[in-house]
Amino acid sequence: MSEPPLSAPRRIAIVPARNEEGAIGLVVAEIRAFDPGLDVLVIDDGSVDRTAARAAEAGATVVRLPFNLGIGGAVQTGFMYALAHGYELAVRLDGDGQHDPSELPKLIEPVLRGDADIVVGSRFAAPPFDGDTDSYRPPLARRAGIRFFAGIVSLLVRQRVTDTTSGFQALNGKGIRLFADDYPHDYPEVEATVMVVKHRLRLLEVPVLMREREHGSSSITALRSAYYVLKVTLALLVGVFRRKAVPARD
Amino acid sequence: MTPLRVSIAASIASILLILIVFELIRSRRLRERYALLWLATGVALLVLSAWRGGLNTIAGWVGVSTYPPAVLFAVATVFILAVLLHYSTVISRLSDQSTILAQRVALLEQQALSGSPVAPRDGGAGLRPVPTESATQSES
Repeated sequence: MSEPPLSAPRRIAIVPARNEEGAIGLVVAEIRAFDPGLDVLVIDDGSVDRTAARAAEAGATVVRLPFNLGIGGAVQTGFMYALAHGYELAVRLDGDGQHDPSELPKLIEPVLRGDADIVVGSRFAAPPFDGDTDSYRPPLARRAGIRFFAGIVSLLVRQRVTDTTSGFQALNGKGIRLFADDYPHDYPEVEATVMVVKHRLRLLEVPVLMREREHGSSSITALRSAYYVLKVTLALLVGVFRRKAVPARD
Repeated sequence: MTPLRVSIAASIASILLILIVFELIRSRRLRERYALLWLATGVALLVLSAWRGGLNTIAGWVGVSTYPPAVLFAVATVFILAVLLHYSTVISRLSDQSTILAQRVALLEQQALSGSPVAPRDGGAGLRPVPTESATQSES
């Protein structure tokens, strides 16, 4: 557990969770142990189990969506909350425990230094990716998909991006404002990466370790993979033909 | 054999459909989620229109010997039925969701006006205002 990152800005952890009653309590507790000054906001995306109650018991503020909006709508709700409450720094972690709060300083420090508006934790940015012990390694098909989108996105944003599906991020006020205004819908991360750069926000990837999921299963099952690939490819293709996005309000 | 003019006209119509759908997505009037079936329709019709040998072969399979372009109509009909059926499920989900939204808003309003809190469903976390943005999203 490293020391809390600075005394500085008002900061919030946004944690989308759906049916994670087994994991969410520990996730919230870990975040609070890492940095007691970090407010924890759990977005309960239409869970049918006791996710909201577990999160609240662990000390999080909980926003319950009345039905499942999908990850994009849930996360954007968090950014809207952060904007409305004047937070200057937000981190985003998944509610299943795959993001280790002790990795947060790697994400937060570049934002605090002013080196980037949005920092994304990448599983693949670090060179020694094979044979390591702790690092989470997705199945082959997923890796291929991630590579595919990483290649396309790198071309589109003219910057090397290795992990376009990572939901482990830190953002400053500009990033919060952009995502509160406009955030892609289902499976948002790939499009969001392109959006960030189009709005002239500075994007930085840092290598992080991720854990295996402890409970539940990934929201991306075999059947949905085809939809995922088609939908995101179409969105990226259409995005190329959209007018240059206006720079974010500043 | 399919008349050449029929192939050309049908190809143009299919390309128009694809372009219109594309423009609707670009201008954000149609979400990718709801465009995929339309694009599949356009691509299937374009392939069958332009690939005349293929249309004849398929016509042979299904026993249409007199007028192969009839298969185009059949395929278009099947796709349109699929789109309509899909939209029926979408409308059903939206109507369920708008019921839930109306109920939550009414309960919140009552709570705000009377000052007496309504107990949340599971007695756990607090009931909060509902963001209506992207209310149509669902993993279903």
